[in-house]
Amino acid sequence: MPHPAVSVQGLWKEYRIGGQRAVGETFYDVLSGAIRRPFRRRAADDGDVAIAQTGADTTDRFWALRDVSFDIAPGEVVGIIGRNGAGKSTLLKILSRITAPTKGRVEVRGRLASLLEVGTGFHPELSGRENIYLNGAILGMTRRDIARKFDEIVAFAEVEKFIDTPVKRYSSGMYVRLAFAVAAHLDADVLVVDEVLAVGDTAFQDKCLGKMGDLSAGGRTVLFVSHNHGALARLCQRGIVLSHGSHLFSGSITDALHAYARHVRSEGAAAGAVISGPLAGEVRFTRITVNRREAALTEAISPSSAIEIAVDSECAGSLEEFRITLCLRRLGETVLGMHDAEAPATHPGGRWQSRFRIPALTLAPGDYSVDAYAYSNRLGQWTRAEGIGEFSIAVEWFPNYEPTHAMGVFNLPVAGRRVALTGDV
Amino acid sequence: MANDAAPPRADATDVRATCGASSAHGPVTLIEPRRGWHMLDWRELWAYRELLWVLTARDVKVRYKQTALGAAWAIIRPVLTMVIFSVVFGQLAKMPSDGYPYPVFVYAALLPWTFFAAAVSASGQSLVGSANLVSKVYFPRLIIPLSSIGAGLVDLAIATIVLLAMMAWYGVGFTWNLLAAPLLLAGVVFAALGVGTLLSALTVAYRDFTHLTPFLVQIWMYVTPVIYPVSLVPEQWRWLLYLNPMAGLIEAFRSAFLGKPFDLGGIGLSFAVALVIFALGVAYFERVERRFADII
Repeated sequence: MPHPAVSVQGLWKEYRIGGQRAVGETFYDVLSGAIRRPFRRRAADDGDVAIAQTGADTTDRFWALRDVSFDIAPGEVVGIIGRNGAGKSTLLKILSRITAPTKGRVEVRGRLASLLEVGTGFHPELSGRENIYLNGAILGMTRRDIARKFDEIVAFAEVEKFIDTPVKRYSSGMYVRLAFAVAAHLDADVLVVDEVLAVGDTAFQDKCLGKMGDLSAGGRTVLFVSHNHGALARLCQRGIVLSHGSHLFSGSITDALHAYARHVRSEGAAAGAVISGPLAGEVRFTRITVNRREAALTEAISPSSAIEIAVDSECAGSLEEFRITLCLRRLGETVLGMHDAEAPATHPGGRWQSRFRIPALTLAPGDYSVDAYAYSNRLGQWTRAEGIGEFSIAVEWFPNYEPTHAMGVFNLPVAGRRVALTGDV
Repeated sequence: MANDAAPPRADATDVRATCGASSAHGPVTLIEPRRGWHMLDWRELWAYRELLWVLTARDVKVRYKQTALGAAWAIIRPVLTMVIFSVVFGQLAKMPSDGYPYPVFVYAALLPWTFFAAAVSASGQSLVGSANLVSKVYFPRLIIPLSSIGAGLVDLAIATIVLLAMMAWYGVGFTWNLLAAPLLLAGVVFAALGVGTLLSALTVAYRDFTHLTPFLVQIWMYVTPVIYPVSLVPEQWRWLLYLNPMAGLIEAFRSAFLGKPFDLGGIGLSFAVALVIFALGVAYFERVERRFADII
């Protein structure tokens, strides 16, 4: 059994609430505190004035990580999954040695490089060339490393022509490509990556994902945080789910993503859908049912039944060039969009129900979540209710229906046949 | 309190080699809570020397980008200050200058003082100004205040050319005393780094220092013999003056450039205080370094 590349043992991290700065954080407070309580010994052992000020009061602190332990074998690619505030970024910051843990310890075998942001330290006045050296040095590369990989970096970023132009003249796409290119050429045994793939256009994102895949194929240990569950599913072998700072689940990436989806549902995310957009006051989604049941389903739907989704909406006044769209997401990626009208049209307002029907034996097994959108093309305005409903498709076998994950999301009536090739072509 | 359960006085984020034959896995980095006073990790700082160089080079390159006059600013500012001081203090107030022409007398002190003031202000603000680096990448934080004084050194070198020209014009200086200048500069660098690292660490926790620092630097100039000679201070109080490290060092700079005899006792005291300030500044910085990312 080889030594783990990363071994996290009973890790705790405490923060103070209020932008992570507590009361008593201005110099005046400290001075006045010292004057008012001259004989009270400051918690000098911690070198930490805020703790001295708040004393034993623990109500304004919280634990961002609570007793998290896991091992990662060399060469493993692990996705860290959790909602915002679950402790993912704190964990990565501790692994990167940006912040120290409050309790516990981590052992990292080999060189660890972390990428919590692309383009850290980029200076707008400097040229692409200068920024490659600057950013490389900040990420821990030596001058010689950078010089050796320079051409590769420039080619990957596709900025050859502009390499001696100040990066402030770059388009945002070029900027991000260059920044990612430097990071992607980091040499390390363990690579820690936080949500940096959410940059650039789709083509470049694919390229980045490909590069990440190459890195992991090269035997590197990678810890990867992303909200892009599709990317996680593609890149990672294993997933670790964090919830409120605690280690909730660890297992294969598919199991981890499903465990996460179930966990989110159990926390009532469906009830508290995220509503956004300028039309939010105008149009309200009031109710969603899947197969005539309120859509916080606990039992999975058989693939043999059609899926009927109905969304009730209320609209204060009439809206022009309007329609409602539902999107299904699976493992975080939108896989299907459905409109309630063929083309946007005038909507008189009032209460309406939008109905959608997905034929039986179409969706692959798994967990799906539903986002509802209302658009008015005329106003150029929209509102979105993210995650207003969720349902699962059970794993069952039927003729002409392939229930394994590997076969994709849809089972469509595709015409496929094989013909024998005979004679001269 | 929960912290009590933490391992006692952990030896920092300590890097040590694995023992035995498992060298294929490379060194083991141990990440543990750390608190209290501890030694600066010189080896690690040395390992990051390239970053120090790159950040310094960045500041130097960027300093005069998109300015019409460019590096000429490194000359214009001290020369204009020298002209104003010469008129106000030399001509109008008739400030004594130990028998030297007041312009060259004040300029020889303005050079190290301008460098010191700029270095203290720059390094004091350096951590807060690099918040994005501090919260996103690991490296020894001391690199940030260290690298912030490099650009000032370049300015100092440029402005020194003017001083040499003035010495030739007035026909003063050019003695063996000049050889002491590099050592004296080292003293100023230590003093500036000590005060700068201390202020940079304090500014992270208490932004009050953002407003306090310029004021502090201004007052400091008046307790330093920049516009007046040390000889103006009664002999029995000079030791008090020399407790200000910049007092002895600036007076020594004058001796070096103008060919005055050195006051070795005063210089020694000031140099020693500069080193103590440096040690204290770095020690405090290292002590609070671990919480920068959490509060910046």
